[in-house]
Amino acid sequence: MADQRTLFDKIWDRHAITISDDGETLIHIDRHLIHDGSFHGFNMLDSNGYTVRRPDQTFATPDHYVPTTGDYADDERREKVETLARNAKAHGIPHFGTGDARQGIAHVVGPEQGITLPGLIMVCGDSHTATHGALGAFAFGIGASEASHVLATQTLWQRKPKSLRITVNDARPPGVTAKDIILAIIARIGAGGGVGHVIEYAGETIRGLSIEQRLTLCNMSIEAGARAGLIAPDEAAFAYIKGRPYAPAGGEWDKAVAYWRSLTSDEGAMFDREEMLDAGDIAPMVTWGVSPEDALPITAMIPDPALEPDADRRAAIQRALDYMALIPGAPLDGIPIDRVFIGSCTNGRIEDLRAAAAVLRGRTAKVPGFVVPGSGLVKAAAEAEGLDRIFLDSGFEWREPGCSMCVGINGDTGQPGERIASTTNRNFVGRQGAGVRTHLVSPEMAAAAAITGTLTDIRKLQS
Amino acid sequence: MKPFMTLTAIAVPFDTLNMDTDQILPARYLRKPRGPDYHLYLFHDLRFTNDGEERPDFILNQPEYRDARIIVGNRNFGCGSSREAAVFALDANDIRAVIAPSFGDIFHNNCFKNGVLPIRLDDEICTGLRAQLHERPGVEMTVNLDARQIIAPDNTIFYFEISDFRRRCLMEGLDDIGLTLEHEAEIDAFEAAYRDEMSWLYPA
Repeated sequence: MADQRTLFDKIWDRHAITISDDGETLIHIDRHLIHDGSFHGFNMLDSNGYTVRRPDQTFATPDHYVPTTGDYADDERREKVETLARNAKAHGIPHFGTGDARQGIAHVVGPEQGITLPGLIMVCGDSHTATHGALGAFAFGIGASEASHVLATQTLWQRKPKSLRITVNDARPPGVTAKDIILAIIARIGAGGGVGHVIEYAGETIRGLSIEQRLTLCNMSIEAGARAGLIAPDEAAFAYIKGRPYAPAGGEWDKAVAYWRSLTSDEGAMFDREEMLDAGDIAPMVTWGVSPEDALPITAMIPDPALEPDADRRAAIQRALDYMALIPGAPLDGIPIDRVFIGSCTNGRIEDLRAAAAVLRGRTAKVPGFVVPGSGLVKAAAEAEGLDRIFLDSGFEWREPGCSMCVGINGDTGQPGERIASTTNRNFVGRQGAGVRTHLVSPEMAAAAAITGTLTDIRKLQS
Repeated sequence: MKPFMTLTAIAVPFDTLNMDTDQILPARYLRKPRGPDYHLYLFHDLRFTNDGEERPDFILNQPEYRDARIIVGNRNFGCGSSREAAVFALDANDIRAVIAPSFGDIFHNNCFKNGVLPIRLDDEICTGLRAQLHERPGVEMTVNLDARQIIAPDNTIFYFEISDFRRRCLMEGLDDIGLTLEHEAEIDAFEAAYRDEMSWLYPA
């Protein structure tokens, strides 16, 4: 029925300005996050003589190039951070710069500041923008040209994506986090399984996740190829938002909540596709290859390409094993690692740090590692709770906020050949430095790997 | 933006699944300006060793494929990071068309903004095309945007879909911000009504 709409339909319809003859919709963009990698967009804007249409709907914070040690790797990187500050100032854009406690990874800062709200359309020149869907916003990554288009017009032309509902029911077993759920989903549908679709995550397991866990889940929607991930806003979302600096207040709060309560998929609304998972079947996950779809339970063995019937897939497994230096049939549990990284827009929030610290408390890491909080406010909150002491006492470095070793743009990279247990989102070839081998895990699993010096089933340390 | 016309050029096959944009342009080159060295960043770590030597087994280093201007890829080509620099690097090498069964959505959009035509064709067609390109290294293909067709090395014709708007933008090299601003009255009216209704979103 046409009048039964999905959550995504409702957000999309409310933002449609006009539809072109060939079916592209001009959509209004509520909020645009920019960062220190946004310089191409500003160059395009300036070179064409355009100005920023809605600086009050644009928010800037540096994250990719900022150092986590206080010292820039070089002047080229420093210049990127300074360029963002200059562009923000020139165009009157709110800017949480270095030295401001609000600075951090854009996808941590948005929810933290109440910039991210239900029912909005948000964009950012970063593929992990789907993160903000955890609060019921349709949020997606864009390129530099699209960013310049948004800066100039506060709109984008988009063909409406298809819808995919992923329903997860049942209780989460011990040791299973939002990170494990999303890795299990990506392993199920594939790194391209969500291409052209917006995912709505539903079901009792999803509703039972905290907002920060939902941020982790939605964050990796792009790793399944999806345009975005969404969760219907509920009382937990409203409670999370209330009182944040950019959230509505007073009478406007009540008006907002009344609207947000309408943002659920109607009973009987049709999705283009549906997938169902049982949380009870999910175990703590780890990636073994060079795509996030190469994820398995920690209890599994390295796959054998010889057993794969599809030729392309067989080649992909072989390429992954060659790069990762792994042997088919060997258990994942027990693979020695060289380093641990805890942080990123996926797992750099206070709950993530608490979870890792709970595992590390009173224990010593066998391998080097560092913890990079997602924002200055996350860092301050962690220090107020004494989490920094736990990390330092166990042998970790405690660093300044930013994207850091998730992508290595600021110079935080591993050494060629190093194997890293990482709470980040991509295990691509060279992602954490040329020749570096990445295993994606939850914060708990990263902490467990640090303690044993190997990929380890967290449940063995928790019992 | 360079207008896209009919293109007859050498095509290179990439069999790799999920060719992510980190492979197309490694992150450490994101900070570089679009200068005369930009073409070297394309597939950099696949093309060059850590010492800067060419890897002879990489397909673009093989003499027959060096001048390729068309890529035929595999599923989920251009997945991962939103970096438009991946397309800047294709552009810097004058690669003007990428054919694949599916694309990362952001990469797909970024191509159109830079005069690079991404073409979706069925998995079996792409597999067949790549096989022909492996069998006859350096063979040419034709992409005819006006007719929405490609001509394979064996002269088979395949048609592809593209919206009229995107086709026109590519063929005429149009500035789409300028085109969007032709709708400025509609945008103004939308924003006025929206800001009134969603007053909670706009603190005084």
